[in-house]
Amino acid sequence: MHEPLIFTHSRTGRSAAGQYPQAAAAEVPEKFRRKKRAELPEVSELQAVRHFTRLSQLNFSIDTHFYPLGSCTMKYNPRACNQFAMLPEFLGRHPLAPDSVSQGFLACMFELQEMLKEVTGMKGVSLTPMAGAQGEFAGVAMIRAYHKARGDLDRTEIIVPDAAHGTNPATATMCGCTVVEIPSLPNGDTDVEALKQALGPRTAGIMLTNPSTLGVFERRIQEIAKLVHDAGGLLYYDGANLNAILGKVRPGTMGFDVIHMNLHKTFSTPHGGGGPGSGAVGVGERLLPFLPIPIVGRDGDRYRWLDAQDLPQTIGRLSAFMGNAGVLLRAYVYMRMLGRAGMQRVAEYAALNANYMLARLQQAGFDAAYPGRRASHEFIITLKRQAKQLGVNAMDFAKRLLDHGFHAPTTYFPLLVPECLLIEPTETEAKEELDAFIEAMIAIQREAEQDAAKVKGAPYTLPVRRLDDVRAAKQLDLTYQRG
Amino acid sequence: MPFIPHTETDVREMLAAIGAPSIDALFEEIPAALRIKSLDGIPEALTEMETGRLMQQRASRDGRPLNFLGAGAYEHHIPAAVWAIVTRGEFYSAYTPYQAEASQGTLQLLYEYQSMMASLTAMQVSNASLYDGASALAEACLMAVRAHRKSKSARILVPAAVNPTYLEVARAITEGQNLKFDVLPYDAPSGTLGTSSLDAYKGQDITAVVVQQPNFFGLLEDVDAITDWAAANNALLIAVVNPLSLALLKPPGEWGTKGADIVVGDGQPFGVPLSSGGPYFGFMTTKLEHVRQMPGRIIGRTVDLDGKPGFTLTLQAREQHIRRSKATSNICTNQGLLVTAATIHMSLLGSAGLEKVAAASQTQTSALVAALTRIKGVKLAFSGPRFHEAVLQLDRKVSDVLDALAKRGIVGGYDLSRQYPDLGNALLVCATETRTDEDIAQYAKILGEVLK
Repeated sequence: MHEPLIFTHSRTGRSAAGQYPQAAAAEVPEKFRRKKRAELPEVSELQAVRHFTRLSQLNFSIDTHFYPLGSCTMKYNPRACNQFAMLPEFLGRHPLAPDSVSQGFLACMFELQEMLKEVTGMKGVSLTPMAGAQGEFAGVAMIRAYHKARGDLDRTEIIVPDAAHGTNPATATMCGCTVVEIPSLPNGDTDVEALKQALGPRTAGIMLTNPSTLGVFERRIQEIAKLVHDAGGLLYYDGANLNAILGKVRPGTMGFDVIHMNLHKTFSTPHGGGGPGSGAVGVGERLLPFLPIPIVGRDGDRYRWLDAQDLPQTIGRLSAFMGNAGVLLRAYVYMRMLGRAGMQRVAEYAALNANYMLARLQQAGFDAAYPGRRASHEFIITLKRQAKQLGVNAMDFAKRLLDHGFHAPTTYFPLLVPECLLIEPTETEAKEELDAFIEAMIAIQREAEQDAAKVKGAPYTLPVRRLDDVRAAKQLDLTYQRG
Repeated sequence: MPFIPHTETDVREMLAAIGAPSIDALFEEIPAALRIKSLDGIPEALTEMETGRLMQQRASRDGRPLNFLGAGAYEHHIPAAVWAIVTRGEFYSAYTPYQAEASQGTLQLLYEYQSMMASLTAMQVSNASLYDGASALAEACLMAVRAHRKSKSARILVPAAVNPTYLEVARAITEGQNLKFDVLPYDAPSGTLGTSSLDAYKGQDITAVVVQQPNFFGLLEDVDAITDWAAANNALLIAVVNPLSLALLKPPGEWGTKGADIVVGDGQPFGVPLSSGGPYFGFMTTKLEHVRQMPGRIIGRTVDLDGKPGFTLTLQAREQHIRRSKATSNICTNQGLLVTAATIHMSLLGSAGLEKVAAASQTQTSALVAALTRIKGVKLAFSGPRFHEAVLQLDRKVSDVLDALAKRGIVGGYDLSRQYPDLGNALLVCATETRTDEDIAQYAKILGEVLK
């Protein structure tokens, strides 16, 4: 299936004329005026609708396919969350409208803050970061602000395990810190001896994901927290895997001082083809004064925005208004529909699905990267053996899975496990779906043994076959040129 | 169980396959001392029907006041087709197009978006979007420091009539990287930047000059002169623009002799509802020579194994998942869904339609200014050419007036007096094509009564 570029449907003078007013000409002095129109499409409403509907049909998505992308928590996004966040009053509310005509919206945001405090064990929450990476930024910026406020100016090192998301070291750099990387042990736990060596008077903090991106729970977390705190550092919790422990253990109890949550993962707001996300942050007592603004506060039965006058030590504003409000409303609706028991079930069934797939794939002869460990809500299969013996690697398996109607798991992350597939089924998938995926893996393995070239040439049934990424980067074609 | 499909039989079979006695046993690696029994602070679950009732009550409480507030977020008509397509599951519930073969819809749409934004701003390349306009300015400042290798100062000149929140955000996001922002005063009678305020910096090492068109007061800056000043003084020019205004106004690529170097702004006016401030999307376009310093996802067109055209994420060597601590930014997501809305919106309106919307917004703002300045105690602060916002000066405290208006169903504008005390009791107002003559008459009537 192929859909031409929208520009090829364009004909001069064609438009969706019912969509704009027949206004008088504008009054723009000559020197400010645009001389040549931008080359936007000139199409009818039907042409636009058909074009973009057809484009949508070229995508895999949660609504159409099992999407076990590790570390991304691709679970069902309930339709009700979208419908209720798109009530006309919410859509029409201007972000700077007075508090007096915003009490309904502010009540939702205040309660969302409170619920996030409850599930994380934190003392304060700010909803403003617009994505996980911005939440990380806010977290590290608060750690820096804390040390600065104490006159502890040399603490500029951030410790990051080698299994961490790339955003962790990138964030530390963005905050003006240097990165000290520490290794993981063969069993997936953090190398505590290496941590001890890394800690010192320059340590600002450590960024940890727990369960880690290796799909296992960090068992020595209390000891790690004590070591870091004793060295004068703070602990940052990357909430990428919060889905695995929701309602089972709180990051605050583990000893973390700050956390970001990916509401688009754990709280099921849509991924939207790569955004919008939402990276709300929670903090313990020590970092409360530094939270990014604005935050919703309550005076008696009235809600109001708290800003720099209320939090003079804040790290400041991270967005023009208050972050991705519509995403926050969706997360709020989701949490109200789950309720307290529903939230605990999230972690339980996410863990059940992951451990079931891990067990069955091992029984089918696949190699677990961390055998003998319980999977969290995700796990890693390494195809090192297949790559060596059959010349079929993790990317080949991933591409062949697409032909079987499954979105591929995360490939080649974490970087330290060779030929890895990071598989996260989520709690919303039925057993039949998991079984079908497992059968597909077994079929691909068999095919690789008999006809490796067939697997290496995949996919065959998608709108395109493998793309020439080298050409894409060398012969840059980033915009359509007419003619 | 909401959203969980497992039957008792499923659970039994799955635990047997795992060899675990219970679901609880799957959590045995978590130290017992850390485990919690229940989330007492979370309310009990509601059904979808009950949740719907609750949300409708909350929404109704806020109502639908008549809005004359802009200040960076603008109420425009959104064609019904836009969100009908955006909320299709294939767009709504897909992720970042890492598996290009299974994401051609999103990728092709982003390529089309990049083409439209490049043409609209008259620049050569565009990324696939950033979070919002304010954070896009922060990223543009960081990018300017990387791109301008000869400048060592990391000093950025910012006119006071740039959206003050954008500057606040730029400061917060760049805090750890030693950028210096110098704020230039606007010319008091005109409300715009005079090149005389720039001349104080002549001959100094300046990394970039920021200019917003139209500026925060809705006024048109002399962008040609400012762009030429930046070029003559070896500084990059960062343009902050309202994309809708570019249907009428000279695009940044054509400013002065050499054009702007980096263009950013908020894409919200294109198909994105006000929705309390987000999600919106930030856009960024630039010259080809700077493309490797640009943050965020970029889509390229290439060919597949059979030579057939296709689309893929490209120039990924700039990004955090490859370069880790040496990446251009920590950003991973764009605002894909909002870009989807904007791309459909731009396709439905085309250049001709956007021109009409922009012109109607300007006309209605002029009508609003005329109607309100007829009221005793209201005058226009600046008389120069503007787009669709204007600064009014009142004879009393603005916040009191806004409160009184809100009680009568009018969101009357933005109170400038806290951030611009020198302007006195200044109120920024806006009318887009969605405000009818009757709406304007209604505002004038009520404001007249409030100011009596």
